[in-house]
Amino acid sequence: MKWIGRLTPKTLVERVIGAAVLILVAAGPAIFNDYWVNTILTQTFLFGIAAASLIFLFAYGGMISLAQTALMGIGAYMLGNMVTQGIPGGETKGLTLGWDPTVALVVAILGTTAIGLVFGAVASRSIGIYFLMLTLTYGVIANYFFGQVTQFGGFSPIAGINQYTPGFVGDLVGHPDKLYYIALGTAVVVYVLIRYVARTPFGLSLQGVRDDPVRMSSLGYAVPLHRTLAFGFSAFIASLAGILLVWWDGQIAPGNIGLGATIELLVICVIGGLARVEGAWLGAFTFIVINNYVRDVELPVVGGSFNTIIGLIFLVIVILSPDGLMGLWDRLWRSLGLGGGGTSDVAPAVQIAPEASSP
Amino acid sequence: MLERLRHGDVGQLAPKIVAGALVAFAILYVVVITQPPPEIGNGGWRNTTFGSAIHDPGSFLQILLDAITFAGLLFIVASGFSLIFGLMRVVNMAHGSFYLLAGYIAYEIQQQMTGEGFAIAGTDVNTWEWVLPMLVAAGCVAVVGLLVQQLLLSWNQGQDLRQALITIAVSVIIADQVIAHFPRTGVFQAGGGNAVSMTWPGWTERRVDLELWGVQYSLARLAMLALGVAVGIALWLWLYRTKTGMVIRAGVDDQQMTASLGINIHRTFAIAFVVGAALAAMGGTVGASQGVVGSGQDTQWLLNSLVVVIVGGMGSLLGAAAGSVLYALVLTFSAAYLPLSATQYSIVLTFGLLAFVLAFRPQGLFGRAG
Repeated sequence: MKWIGRLTPKTLVERVIGAAVLILVAAGPAIFNDYWVNTILTQTFLFGIAAASLIFLFAYGGMISLAQTALMGIGAYMLGNMVTQGIPGGETKGLTLGWDPTVALVVAILGTTAIGLVFGAVASRSIGIYFLMLTLTYGVIANYFFGQVTQFGGFSPIAGINQYTPGFVGDLVGHPDKLYYIALGTAVVVYVLIRYVARTPFGLSLQGVRDDPVRMSSLGYAVPLHRTLAFGFSAFIASLAGILLVWWDGQIAPGNIGLGATIELLVICVIGGLARVEGAWLGAFTFIVINNYVRDVELPVVGGSFNTIIGLIFLVIVILSPDGLMGLWDRLWRSLGLGGGGTSDVAPAVQIAPEASSP
Repeated sequence: MLERLRHGDVGQLAPKIVAGALVAFAILYVVVITQPPPEIGNGGWRNTTFGSAIHDPGSFLQILLDAITFAGLLFIVASGFSLIFGLMRVVNMAHGSFYLLAGYIAYEIQQQMTGEGFAIAGTDVNTWEWVLPMLVAAGCVAVVGLLVQQLLLSWNQGQDLRQALITIAVSVIIADQVIAHFPRTGVFQAGGGNAVSMTWPGWTERRVDLELWGVQYSLARLAMLALGVAVGIALWLWLYRTKTGMVIRAGVDDQQMTASLGINIHRTFAIAFVVGAALAAMGGTVGASQGVVGSGQDTQWLLNSLVVVIVGGMGSLLGAAAGSVLYALVLTFSAAYLPLSATQYSIVLTFGLLAFVLAFRPQGLFGRAG
């Protein structure tokens, strides 16, 4: 038990909380009711994965990407086009290739990663706010693409995708608990994978690129290549989220990847905290709980719907605590004088609101 | 805001080369590569999804004019976006929402003034009944812009990602509020959307004979181009011939130095933001008159502004103009000249335009490096 002594109190507390949460969700179906298991928690895991792909890019690469929802949608659309079989009468949209689901799964993941690499290569020389604008443009273009190109889907959704799952996954429609565990397992794998990649030589030089691209470049590192590869990796993670989304929802439509969905994913990340990967699932959980229980509330005085509330919450968080709930947690420990910066791998320079604001 | 072509090194020639290559390819494509239009169908030029410029120069001219006039509208909106970005480094994600809001405000006022229902005949609208709604809408949106800038953006100057997130939140709220409150007259179209359309003044509702290949062209669209050009000239005069413009250009180049010379840069920020918002509003009015304004167009116009300034270069007036023309050419010609079965892929060409320009000029055609 020597390793415990090397941890700061904060890290220790975080690991204990993390382990407790894992045990709790692992026993989830036995503890929570069906609605929580099949709707709130499963959704938390899968949107958390999508959020993690965005947070990975920001925390380790210093890039805010608004294309993650689109990449998720590209993965989902690829799978939907490849696995569905045309029903006589044309009920199913898309190409309805009717491929073997396992093959389709692999092709969808690889294809999305490849598209992510192309997107990343085009954006790799843009940084900061330019990168954000360019990736937003990707997102909107992808949305219009799937809305307009009727061969790949068109305006209405490709439905019934979750009927065609690979043999090792089995029947998800009849056994939603199975999907719960698949989503949970994928989320854990993605978390571990991101933490691992951050510690590889590639991850370390990526963080160097984040902090000082000019110095890294003069040291001989290929800065655009690092950004491109990081974007490809995040596209890979986003494709997993997209596949889980169609397995959960059964369908994919342009509305799933529109600007609204893009902003929702960003809200998830900002609520959780863009600086730490854990924030992805914390933000997803908070957002989905709010979404489920506040959806039907009509705002007094100003009118409007749920979106006004989400917009206001988003505004308040960005103004008060731009590094989200995880940032609040980190600051709490800092104010106690314990654990210092904790496990945050992020240099202050890339936080949304640097302490010393530089014009 | 500054044109950077006077310094003549190779890097500065790149925008010319890239722009030239794009134009050359476009000309080559429509003149040589595309097939002549099919003989079936009636003579309406919109029906010719195939068409070569040589075979049917009239149709080519129509499409070219469509592109250039649309570029006028693009420029009005995107120059506001570019102005705000160039001076303050604020990516105003609510720019499309300003456009949307202005379109609805102008529509409501025009309805009040003419006292008619959904479809007003152009002959019932005089110039005043179009200009006043535009001015009021621009004023209202300018006030909204001022509030956003003063309350939400002025205290965190320099934190550009945070400011982008704040304006995203503003855009979410405005989009939802527009759905909740507009249009007040309860006009809903068959599709269930809330799209409404303004009416151009009556005198624009005719076609001008260009006396070239028998082309008759809509005066309203030409007016749209004229408005774009007028905005461009006014902005140029303002930025290059007035004291405020001089301060803005100084602020674009070096904010801290300008402030330390005793100039109230924060007042300048407020002015620029108000003007930028008012330009979005003007664009919203013009757009609502030329087509319709409806929820979802905030996304469309945010995309349009983004593409124009990414292609043209941030904060450059000339870049906004070049970006508007290039983007409008790509959109219009791909819609008209791609084979019928491929027209729906035209959105991919927008991505192609972005990728092509950024491959050569990461900062856009007329943007500053770094």
